[in-house]
Amino acid sequence: MKPTDIANPDYFHKVVDCQWACPAHTPVPEYIRLIAHGRYSDAYMINWKSNVFPGILGRTCDRPCEPACRRSRVEDENLVKGKKEPVAICRLKRVAADYKDDDDINTKMPKAAAKNGKRVACIGGGPASLTVARDLAVIGYEIVIYDQDPKLGGFIRTQIPHFRLPESVIDEEVGYIIGIGNIEFRHQRVDSMKAVLAEGYDAVFVGSGAPRGRDLDVPGRKEAAANIHIGLDWLSSVSFGHITKVGRRVIVLGGGNTAMDCCRTARRLGGEDVKVIVRSGFEEMKASPWEKEDAMGEDIPILNMLVPKEVTHKNGKITGVTFEKVKAEYDAKGRRTLVPSGEPDQHHECDDVLVAIGQENAFPWIEKDSGIEFDKWGLPKLNEKTFGSSHPKVFFGGDAAFGPKNIIWAAAHGHDAAISIHKMLIGENPEQRPAPGVNVASQKMGIHEWSYDNAPTIDHRFKVPHRAKKEALKDIMAEVELGFDPALAVKEAQRCLNCDVQTVFTGKLCIECDACVDICPMDCITFTDNGEEKELRTRLVAPAMNPTQDLYIGNDLKTGRVMVKDEDVCLHCGLCAERCPTGAWDMRKYYMEMTQAEHACRKQ
Amino acid sequence: MTYIAKPRLHHPSLVKNKAGYTRRDYEGAVSTLCAGCGHDSISAAIIQASYELDVLPHQIAKLSGIGCSSKAPTYFLGASHGFNTVHGRMPSVMTGANLANKNLVYMGVSGDGDSASIGLGQFAHIMRRGINMTYIVMNNGVYGLTKGQFSATADKGSISKKGVANSDEPIDLVSLAILMGATFVGRSFSGDKHQLVPLIKAAMAHKGAAFLDVISPCVAFNNHPGSTKSYDYVREHNEALNRIDFIESREEITASYDPGTLTTVRQHDGSLLRLRKLGEDYDPSDKVAAMKRVQEGMQEGEVVTGLLYVDPSPKDLHHHLNTVDAALNTLGDAELCPGPEALDRINASLR
Repeated sequence: MKPTDIANPDYFHKVVDCQWACPAHTPVPEYIRLIAHGRYSDAYMINWKSNVFPGILGRTCDRPCEPACRRSRVEDENLVKGKKEPVAICRLKRVAADYKDDDDINTKMPKAAAKNGKRVACIGGGPASLTVARDLAVIGYEIVIYDQDPKLGGFIRTQIPHFRLPESVIDEEVGYIIGIGNIEFRHQRVDSMKAVLAEGYDAVFVGSGAPRGRDLDVPGRKEAAANIHIGLDWLSSVSFGHITKVGRRVIVLGGGNTAMDCCRTARRLGGEDVKVIVRSGFEEMKASPWEKEDAMGEDIPILNMLVPKEVTHKNGKITGVTFEKVKAEYDAKGRRTLVPSGEPDQHHECDDVLVAIGQENAFPWIEKDSGIEFDKWGLPKLNEKTFGSSHPKVFFGGDAAFGPKNIIWAAAHGHDAAISIHKMLIGENPEQRPAPGVNVASQKMGIHEWSYDNAPTIDHRFKVPHRAKKEALKDIMAEVELGFDPALAVKEAQRCLNCDVQTVFTGKLCIECDACVDICPMDCITFTDNGEEKELRTRLVAPAMNPTQDLYIGNDLKTGRVMVKDEDVCLHCGLCAERCPTGAWDMRKYYMEMTQAEHACRKQ
Repeated sequence: MTYIAKPRLHHPSLVKNKAGYTRRDYEGAVSTLCAGCGHDSISAAIIQASYELDVLPHQIAKLSGIGCSSKAPTYFLGASHGFNTVHGRMPSVMTGANLANKNLVYMGVSGDGDSASIGLGQFAHIMRRGINMTYIVMNNGVYGLTKGQFSATADKGSISKKGVANSDEPIDLVSLAILMGATFVGRSFSGDKHQLVPLIKAAMAHKGAAFLDVISPCVAFNNHPGSTKSYDYVREHNEALNRIDFIESREEITASYDPGTLTTVRQHDGSLLRLRKLGEDYDPSDKVAAMKRVQEGMQEGEVVTGLLYVDPSPKDLHHHLNTVDAALNTLGDAELCPGPEALDRINASLR
């Protein structure tokens, strides 16, 4: 194998699994350390810069970072009773938002630069548009955001129940963006793209989401329409207070996070017998595991492998839904089909049905001749790098771009689209993306002292305290999760392995004494003859069985061998560097920040 | 020294041996020796060997004298018996322990000062008595604890860190051990675990006096140009005669091998020691030839390593003394004080 090129920013970025997995590439270990130090405002600002909505995401993020977390690969099964768990990254983010010093934050927030004379319209007031607005307002653009709802936030405000995300948090974080200045909000539904373009904006960003809930198409649907609701619309009506109660017996169809929000909301509006019924198996459900857990914790059973067949009704009033029991069959390619299991149909009685079986994009307001092309699935044809559409001035992001994802993706898209818009408007090529900002610094303080807490703890993941169920179900506004308090937050933060403090190897200094090999608790380091990667992985001190994780190859050794480090399970404890007599190993903090529009034209 | 303890977390592939322990269970406290010390590598090799041999940790006794090397037993086999004895007097204590309980696996850990200077007399006698043990000298050629004076094993002409050449002849512990009657003698290098770990395993399995001289560079005081015990020097001059590939018991002779690449030594208990030849033909069971080869190596400035001498049918102290089968410490009052009739019989036999 070739020696590892550690000058390539991607190499060490990839080692920071959480940051690499995060669509916005938030520097996770850095803010977790700041939380452990009680520097909540600084932790908040790192988040704010990167993902724009720390308080919101700290409660609602889909957390792609957590399945990636190295902790869940290195915990000792015997110490954690068989359940290896990642660091509670998402809920630690909330700690930063909960305990920050608001006055301090207000002084840290950027202000709009002097107007540069360019105007950008953002259509839809959700996270993608708000991110574009923030990134561009700070460098002098004038932003106009259009939304049909009276307040900004988009799906964050209308779809997420307040018992999961209090409205005050949304107001606060939307407020930070508007507070920058040069951002105008127009409470106005956009019905024509041409009309928007005609207003002479220099660029238009479409962040209008995927607003259409998929409907149910079975016999009886029309007859019982009064008691069948599209989940998305129903949630937003609840959010705005238009709907305040629901029948005693409720069936929620669907297995995604919207279904989980629907069933838990129903429990708070008078639903006593609420169940979720899904077509797929329990494991394949789209909802996040923790959301399923929370739903089941509120006495909501999840019945699976049931396909709705007919809505039964009497005198124009719903009586229940009949389901066909199915089973999964897999073809040679591993594709799944659901086939009737042959068991008798099941009938479940109910007073209301909430349909949460998917959502779709809809752009009825974009005229066919407006210069924006769509593909056969109804999604805009986009440049995946720049988010630019076939119309030179129009960019897309968030769910509107590639279909329904979640908030953190919307923020990431927003950053990227803002860079493209800025580059286009200053006459640069948006295809050329700015490199990330990287700062690498040794953490050595003394012979055996490091500027980070390098001793890994063996604590199991700490649970976030919840409000008592009886109390929580009584009040739809009462937030269920109470968040970590500072003491718990410190303990949970200590579980972080500081993967951004990298093991950097300098072969020229190495005397091949094996001290690092001997001390490494994870047996990650091997000195051996070079070879092809596949073969090399098998003959290390401990086999490197995870091909998604790189081998770090160091050369320049006197014996002609190579140093091979399996990044997969490294604890970043620094013992290799501590036992190294020559400083061939050093622990260097690798701080990587994605470049945003503000610096997008800096030299590469 | 290192401030944090070695984390308890471990590689997911770590498995338990037949005794029910992982390799990590054979570790000790975190080392307080200088970073990069060869002794730590030897400790790691001892841990690996003990793990691979499936030894129960509480059935090992590790004894040492005084010095950097003799501190090392704290850093391995944390669940075994240990005795940090008097300077140069570890052999006496080990002889006593072995007499009292022959059922433990004995491991003596010493250094060039402890064994070749103050303890040279004891060293010679424990070898000739044939204690069933593994005696490891972590040999760095200097007194590290007193800042790098030459020890008795430093080669003549070797340059100290201060720049002074050694004018005394070195004591070669390997030659001395063979001469004094050790029945398993090897030399190795802390920087070559592929050779060292199997040697330690074979030594621990050997039922007699086994001695290993392990060159272990002192990073603080003897790892500079001009030293003959530095990492670079030993790597350049290492003349490895063989490497133990595996030890097979009688029952499971399975591996096939190309003729001429292995030397096989059939031991008294029926097990086979397979030695992979690394250069010349070398028969480690020929004592006179072994002494000759070791001396030749010294003349040539080679560091001759590998299994240098093995007596396939070793006899140990208990055999010489014709002791009872049971370990002496397990005998009860009845056996130890058989009463006046037995005494009368003995007295009568002497009249």
